[in-house]
Amino acid sequence: MVSWIRRNIVLILGLLVLLYMYIPNAVVVLMSFNDSSKHRNLYRFQSFTWHNWTGLCDPSGLCHSVMISVWLGLLATLIATVIGTMGAFALVRHDFHGRGAMNMILFLPMASPEIVMGSSLLALFVASGFGGQLGFWTILIAHVMFCLSFVVVTVKSRLAGLDENLEQAAMDLYATPAQTFWRVTFPLVFPGVLGAALLSFSLSFDDFIITNLNAGQTVTFPMYIWGAAQRGVPMQVNVIGTMMLLISLVVVISGEVLSRRRAKMYAAA
Amino acid sequence: MAATEVTETPAPVVAPDAGKRRSLTGYVLILPAAVWLGLFFVVPFYSLLANSLFDPNGSVLTGYKVTYHFANFWHALSDYHGPLLRSLWYAGVATAICLVIGYVLAYAIAMKAGRWKNVLLVLVVAPFFTSFLLRTLSWKLILGDNGWVVNTLQAVHVLGSNGRLLATPVAVIAGITYNFLPFMVLPIYASLEKVDGRLIEAAGDLYASPIRAFGKVTLPLSMPGVVGGTLLTFIPAAGDYINAALLGSPNQRMVGNVIQDLFTTTGDYAAAGALSVILMVIILALVVFYVRKSGTEELL
Repeated sequence: MVSWIRRNIVLILGLLVLLYMYIPNAVVVLMSFNDSSKHRNLYRFQSFTWHNWTGLCDPSGLCHSVMISVWLGLLATLIATVIGTMGAFALVRHDFHGRGAMNMILFLPMASPEIVMGSSLLALFVASGFGGQLGFWTILIAHVMFCLSFVVVTVKSRLAGLDENLEQAAMDLYATPAQTFWRVTFPLVFPGVLGAALLSFSLSFDDFIITNLNAGQTVTFPMYIWGAAQRGVPMQVNVIGTMMLLISLVVVISGEVLSRRRAKMYAAA
Repeated sequence: MAATEVTETPAPVVAPDAGKRRSLTGYVLILPAAVWLGLFFVVPFYSLLANSLFDPNGSVLTGYKVTYHFANFWHALSDYHGPLLRSLWYAGVATAICLVIGYVLAYAIAMKAGRWKNVLLVLVVAPFFTSFLLRTLSWKLILGDNGWVVNTLQAVHVLGSNGRLLATPVAVIAGITYNFLPFMVLPIYASLEKVDGRLIEAAGDLYASPIRAFGKVTLPLSMPGVVGGTLLTFIPAAGDYINAALLGSPNQRMVGNVIQDLFTTTGDYAAAGALSVILMVIILALVVFYVRKSGTEELL
């Protein structure tokens, strides 16, 4: 037993770290069943109830804020994924003036503190006379901006690892460039694009610091929690948190299963 | 370092730039991303710089004028050096803790997990799909005054009977450590993943103890991941204010809290701009210094 522990000590420690990462999630799931109707300001488990799940939209403004965050996330993901994927193709497959500078500019948003990016953007909006029109569209602009770098980096790495001989083979077999792109290149790059899209959505859905500076009167889901944290958080927000965790687990696990099955199919063929 | 040269992948048969053509297509493809980042990332930095040189007597109502008022920087530093230094200190400590526990986790996944590697990697990222704010609020509950953590620490006399964790630097640093841990784990994992197992075996064959083999082979080869991870953890941590606001008290105010308040509550755009510029400059200086020191320029 002792020698077994000694042999696997790194793995055991690693799993303990992983377990630690789930502590707050366990609290979120637990609190989604918490009945806080007696002591609203006491943020601790009191008694069990299904009510938070059945009356999800009872707290005023909660579901509205979730809808705003979902729309923002979808639109920001769509725009960032499309123009980011195009950019990744340009950077990997083409040469142009300013390529080095472009790589640098794409790296910088990932290395800047959010508070600095958020406040600069606010400074720009105010200076250009849009200070009074902060809202959905200014948040969308900000979200696309910080998602772009992550999309380009993700798609770029997928594209760089792609075997160009496959495209060559398609061309040799008289495929037109368009056919080659849509039948060979794009399907091969697609997992990277999908990963980038999922990452963008979660970044956008979860962003608080940049959003809060540029939101005006619009309230996203994280901003709703922030506002509610001052008065006492309705337990329903934990239901949304639990649902987010479940959805992401389902998405990533099914992706993993699919890729394993596909790998097996190729191995068999 | 001789060791790094050994693991370098053989040069591809086709030169990397072959097939790259300078054509109109390249410009068309990059244009939307370049315009978006130019307008909403690069230009805003100029606005921020302009803000930092505003006449400090301006207000939202009377408007602001760029008067090259460099004293703004001096005022921001003398008024807010406390939160600024505190941010760097908290972020530094949190990054160090992240490095230790993040390395252990990344090493376990890359070296010991076998066929479970991908599943574990997914499990590292999955908890972070639950809202950042919600998870930080959960820490508030866990570290709360009558929670089991505080009760246990009081029972073993680490904390006095009235001692608390909330509203102390410990809680804020714990929150930051937790929230930015994946930014440490993923780059280190990516580096460790590339380490050629045969090199470690070779070290063993040459009678290096496992610990010595780790120190002489594995650790140096994972340095790019360590440097990348520390930067990706430290930078957002230094600018964060959510942990300080939810888990700390006004005594734990970080520079993010100050900038946020100056912009949204006080409306002192000049001071807010100056402080943001100072933070950005400090971070850039640290990044350049750190990357030079650790000899991993190729990261930039």
